[in-house]
Amino acid sequence: MVERVSGAATTTTDADPYPAATPLQRLVLTLSRVWAWVFLGLMVTFFIVAVPIASGGSVNFVTLRNSQNILVAIIPILLLGLGQTFVIIGAGIDLSVGWVMSFASVISALAIRGSFNAGAPLFLSVVIGFLAALATGCTVGLFNGLIIAKLKVPAFIVTLGSSFIVRGMALLMSENTTVIGLPKGVRNYGNDALAYYIRGEGGGLHFINKPEVTGALLRRMDAILPYPVMVTAVVVALAIFLLHRTQFGRHTYAIGGSPEAAMRTGIPVARHTVLLYVLCSSTAAIAGFLSTLRFTAGSAVIGDPLLLASIAAVIIGGVSLFGGAGTVIGTVIGALIIAVLTTGLVMLNVPAFWQFIVVGAVVIVAVLIDQSRDLIVSRYRTE
Amino acid sequence: MADPILSIKGMTKRFGGLVAVNDVSWDIYPGEVVALLGDNGAGKSTLIKCVSGVHAAEEGEIYFEDRLRRFSGPIDARREGIETIYQDLALANNLDVPSNIFLGREMKNRYLGGVIRTLDDRRMLEEAQSALASLEIHFPTLTRPIESLSGGQRQAVAVARAVYWDAKLMIMDEPTNNLGVPEQKKVLDLIRKLRDQGVPVILITHILPDVFAVSDRLMVMHRGRKVTEKVTSETSTEELIQYMVGARDDSKVQ
Repeated sequence: MVERVSGAATTTTDADPYPAATPLQRLVLTLSRVWAWVFLGLMVTFFIVAVPIASGGSVNFVTLRNSQNILVAIIPILLLGLGQTFVIIGAGIDLSVGWVMSFASVISALAIRGSFNAGAPLFLSVVIGFLAALATGCTVGLFNGLIIAKLKVPAFIVTLGSSFIVRGMALLMSENTTVIGLPKGVRNYGNDALAYYIRGEGGGLHFINKPEVTGALLRRMDAILPYPVMVTAVVVALAIFLLHRTQFGRHTYAIGGSPEAAMRTGIPVARHTVLLYVLCSSTAAIAGFLSTLRFTAGSAVIGDPLLLASIAAVIIGGVSLFGGAGTVIGTVIGALIIAVLTTGLVMLNVPAFWQFIVVGAVVIVAVLIDQSRDLIVSRYRTE
Repeated sequence: MADPILSIKGMTKRFGGLVAVNDVSWDIYPGEVVALLGDNGAGKSTLIKCVSGVHAAEEGEIYFEDRLRRFSGPIDARREGIETIYQDLALANNLDVPSNIFLGREMKNRYLGGVIRTLDDRRMLEEAQSALASLEIHFPTLTRPIESLSGGQRQAVAVARAVYWDAKLMIMDEPTNNLGVPEQKKVLDLIRKLRDQGVPVILITHILPDVFAVSDRLMVMHRGRKVTEKVTSETSTEELIQYMVGARDDSKVQ
């Protein structure tokens, strides 16, 4: 007990808040903060050692190409997870993000094709496609948020319902097929990179302009930081800023931790909740737009399998499903774990289905560690 | 005698056929701790909720700092300086002490003419430190979630928040409930501290030792009516119990 009702000026030192905790409990407290990093490190180490052994020394895990493959693989999981991070910290859930991504992919493909065929230049068509995707996301988010915040329907139900609605609309708009016939140049927006590196003879580093090469040189060429990766990095930076440096982020934590306290201190809880769902659908829509650029096509089924992977990334990253706790970096680590795992298992020639088993186990362990931590904190509350 | 800071005149509040508060008049003066006593259902909470803007009374007037007030809601009352601390304290347990003190009223750095605003956590920490120091409250660290603090410490955070935001009248609802004995003493010390700094306190309680430990005056309610008002040093536990159960009633004697 350190609170005194007389004495000198207040001093703030970072003293041990749980002096009575046992070594084992201390280990759990420390683990709860760093275990995702440790797990990622161990997993990468494992693949670095195992991949060359399994391939007889012909394949390495850490290569420029593989690192870029992982970065590209992470994009949709991460973008869906970023919005979800805000919503879950605010004690909600959004089950519609997978189909919102699909819907946005279809809408942006239709918008790009339509405006290009109507005579708009390529760049303008892509911008129109982006705005159409964003408008789609905002509309669904507004729909979700208003029903959740104003009509007090549980988020699970509302977003489950809206995911079916959006699914139907995506399939209707795409006429149950892939939206193709986009201008060829779209491909460059979705696949070109900041730099290119060609290994070996006649190779070298090229910035911005993609070298016109064929044959062996093309096979030895790696793209470094494709544009969609850079867009995703910007979204991550914005999310970190918003959640950890602004009043919006602080209020998100407060609403998730104690809606009653948030309400009584005058935080506009309903308006904030609506904004959280708009934000969440918007990052999903960006994921849909980027997938349209990457495949030069709009797909009505691309997002569906990603919903649960993105929630898994958020949970592995330490966001509490009860709200009020979590970080953006945690979600990035969670998404990295899933992407590294998938890539590594493929390189080991392990059937890809194993990734589901491992991810499932990791999710459960993540929550177990989180719960043990909560138990210890409540037991050692200073009395 | 100085003018009262809060003056309730003829307040009545009904819920359907039930008269929860019946024609109550009551004055609170600067720098005093006044206990509001009564059994469950006596109307204490309803009376306080009328003062703090949660309920609107059917009849009666509230004068606060010599002006007739009609609060549109609890946030309005709080803005005018009437701070009510309920048992749940309205704190976010997942946030640290400065975040709680500034919750909903965060200090910000402004960039590009206010287009970009970031939280000024350093300044909020400094302000929180001095707010706690003014109440002689000392925590080992302010930058951890307050979930690790005890009930009494969290009560202190809620009080420090109210004082920082310039509370002119503090209403505390059963503040020592659910606390261990040493913690109860600290909360009572805190109430004395508030009085010494000139902030009057209305203490809602049914714990009589607390009443004698810290209050200057007291008022007892029974079935919605004010049955007596006393100077604490001039009454006794036995007498108060008689008022609380309705065996004595000064309002009927006159």
